Amino acid sequence: MDSKRRTILKSGSGLTLLALVTAAGWLDAEEALAQTWNKAAFDTHSLGDTLRALGGGEPAQSKDIEFVQTPEIAENGAVVPVGVTSRIPKTESIAILIEKNPNMLAAVFDIPTGTEPTISTRVKMAQTSNIYALVRAEGRYYVAAKEVKVTLGGCGG
Amino acid sequence: MGEPMKIRATLTGDTTEVKVLMNHEMETGQRKDAQGQAIPAWFIQTIGVTWNGKTVLSGQWGPAVAKNPFLSFKFKGGAKGDKIAVRWIDSRGDQRADEVIIA
Repeated sequence: MDSKRRTILKSGSGLTLLALVTAAGWLDAEEALAQTWNKAAFDTHSLGDTLRALGGGEPAQSKDIEFVQTPEIAENGAVVPVGVTSRIPKTESIAILIEKNPNMLAAVFDIPTGTEPTISTRVKMAQTSNIYALVRAEGRYYVAAKEVKVTLGGCGG
Repeated sequence: MGEPMKIRATLTGDTTEVKVLMNHEMETGQRKDAQGQAIPAWFIQTIGVTWNGKTVLSGQWGPAVAKNPFLSFKFKGGAKGDKIAVRWIDSRGDQRADEVIIA
């Protein structure tokens, strides 16, 4: 947890601090829903920056994170199904990141105890890119990647 | 108020599966209109799902979540007749809450 404390100390501004605290799951979900959206994390352009904004350290590659219902080739980048299943015990959150989108972070889900660490949604992809699934379990971060080829981009006009 | 969502909650054994289809433009802020003006970003930022008032999933989204967002997940517990509530707030501060009974 030392690195998290340093990040918070370094970050300075109160708003960023609140964003970091929320990302760390210290506020309960209802409050998080009512209050803050982690702008800093959603503005990032690299895996490292996103991790820092979420308050995490270097992620470990994990074979216990699996992509389900995620295509190898997406014909329409505007609607790409993504499913992530984590077999890592005590999974606390699952984030979906798309490397070559204008902003990398697509979604973060907090998984309370009792909820299965499996999530399915649909995202937009600007172009062929790696999708990262980032899992937090007991404060540690784990990552897995899958490349999805896009024939028609989902951003821009 | 946003448009209504479609929610389905189904009990199988001791696990409830929740599927949600929200109704939202999820505008990225990257697109331009016919006059070449940038269309401002407008998207759902936070979501929360509760089961009889207890949070079973919460999330933060960026504009990269697809238009008319789909979401599915499962949690342990739930009984037929229990209440599932889904709520979102978007980047304009608009919000929507809908409920469904577990079938």
